[in-house]
Amino acid sequence: MNHWIIAPVVLPALLAPLLVLLARNDLRAQRLLSGAGTVGFAVLAGVLLVQASAGGIGVYRLGDWPAPFGIVLVADRLATLMLGLSAALALAVLAHVIGTGWDARGRHFHALFQFQLMGLAGAFLTGDAFNLFVFFEVMLIASYGLMIHGGGRARLRAGVQYVVMNLAGSVLFLFALGTIYAVTGTLNMADLAVKAAAVPASEAGLLRVGAVLLLLVFAIKAALVPLQFWLPATYASAPGPVAALFAILTKVGVYAILRMFTLGFGVDGPAGDIGGALLLPAAGVTLLLGMIGVMGARDLGQMAAFAVIGSVGTLMLGVAMFTPAATGAALFYLIHSTLAAGAMFLVADLVRGQRGGLRLVPGPRMANHGLLAALFFAVAIGVAGMPPLPGFLGKLLILDAARAEPAVWAIWAAILVGSLLAVAGLARAGAALFWATSDAAVPEPSQPLALAGIAGLLAALVALTAAAGPVSGWLNAAAAALYAPAPYIAAVLGGGAP
Amino acid sequence: MEALVASAVAVMTAVGVYLILRRQTFPVVLGTAMLSYAVNVFLFATGRLVVNMPPVLSDTATGYTDPLPQALVLTAIVISFGMTAVVVLMALGSFIASGDDGIDLGEGRE
Repeated sequence: MNHWIIAPVVLPALLAPLLVLLARNDLRAQRLLSGAGTVGFAVLAGVLLVQASAGGIGVYRLGDWPAPFGIVLVADRLATLMLGLSAALALAVLAHVIGTGWDARGRHFHALFQFQLMGLAGAFLTGDAFNLFVFFEVMLIASYGLMIHGGGRARLRAGVQYVVMNLAGSVLFLFALGTIYAVTGTLNMADLAVKAAAVPASEAGLLRVGAVLLLLVFAIKAALVPLQFWLPATYASAPGPVAALFAILTKVGVYAILRMFTLGFGVDGPAGDIGGALLLPAAGVTLLLGMIGVMGARDLGQMAAFAVIGSVGTLMLGVAMFTPAATGAALFYLIHSTLAAGAMFLVADLVRGQRGGLRLVPGPRMANHGLLAALFFAVAIGVAGMPPLPGFLGKLLILDAARAEPAVWAIWAAILVGSLLAVAGLARAGAALFWATSDAAVPEPSQPLALAGIAGLLAALVALTAAAGPVSGWLNAAAAALYAPAPYIAAVLGGGAP
Repeated sequence: MEALVASAVAVMTAVGVYLILRRQTFPVVLGTAMLSYAVNVFLFATGRLVVNMPPVLSDTATGYTDPLPQALVLTAIVISFGMTAVVVLMALGSFIASGDDGIDLGEGRE
């Protein structure tokens, strides 16, 4: 049995309490430990990514109990991709946090950060639906703490809304799992795939109810219309680097939809058509609403939050087609949109640090004005999905995959109009922030590490463009594996022996 | 018994939904607690309702009750307990920081 698979969960899980117990009063030690831990996390994610690229599906049985009786962790291409993406974003965010001193504005930032990584790793790797719920909760509890890090009235108010929304979501998650368990008698995803296909027609209705409930839960996490209301206030009120890290949290919802509806319920199963039928219109509306929000936002944080909603819409358009080609395209866009949204929030945080606020009104000329303007310009190109950054390629791939769909014109119109709105909104924001300035001087802060984080994300985006061909091929193989789940099911259920 | 359990879940869910739609944080916290009670009872019933049956198979047992939902409920109880604690503290923090216990963002009242 490959013990590397559980390491990304165990490492942050051990490190976080250590940070609280050993280094609670020593910020330097916290930074050192947390930094080392995150680098270690990234290395582990890289190892798993390389292992999964070889084509095998790694299965880790906890306590060596055979599936479906024990919990399994499964490292396939999709799971390790998401893990690698989280690690990359986490490194940039951590550099920013240390560079700007955000972690000194409240206590226990690094411990919460590590718990967040643990929840993310678990949610991506687990092969069991109830275990997915548990890791969702780990992730959410850490995110509650991170979201209100630094305190303040507006942040706490928005934090309460965020928590209540997610508690309601958690309850719905349990209702969904209970319904699915009552019908199929299993919560192991691979076993569910076998059992769901064999559900008699008389019980299929109940299974479909469970599937819709589950879809709603994941739609809350992914902020799909009409369940997106919590996102703008939350992301705009959260500390900048935390909002950047949250860019991966919406993608957990997308990942879970992809996993449950291609594997758990099966595209051809009795509940297989629900995902596409409900998601496609919701995704189109999400995309347009997000981009209209970008046009109308009155401050940069809000605008970045609406850009996240818009990018989730684009992403879900690709996912909702539920074909291998479209999913491959969506995965490409997913990598891009996560990194670009993260970079956007980090740039916004640097701007906030100098201007004192993010309202899109003329303000003082910032000390490293030219540099920030250039960074904003680059990131805005990424968020809008223009060449040369890879969002452009991702959108092109999704447009191409949509040609076989009956609703091809609606999809094309949504993506193209959405992109236009995004370009206009981002241009307006850039003009307001960087062109209309007064001559008041702002002292130059020295934040090389924070700039390194943003530069790292931008470099990753450029590398993604340069390596688009091989990456896209790899992602298409990952997507194809999702629609041919037999090897996955065999790897999980095939025999109890390691 | 089915009717009793089903109506209990239904009433608690209805109360919970009503309460989390209120404008003050205290009823909202109660509402989330109510919802978690409802879902715990619901989860318990997903293994089918039987009376006086052991949760493990043995040679003398004539039947058994599904033990897995009980484990799931235990996990759900622990998590919802922790979550309730978190939301109570955050609501308290929000009350202290802003001076009222409304749940709205109240823009323009900085």
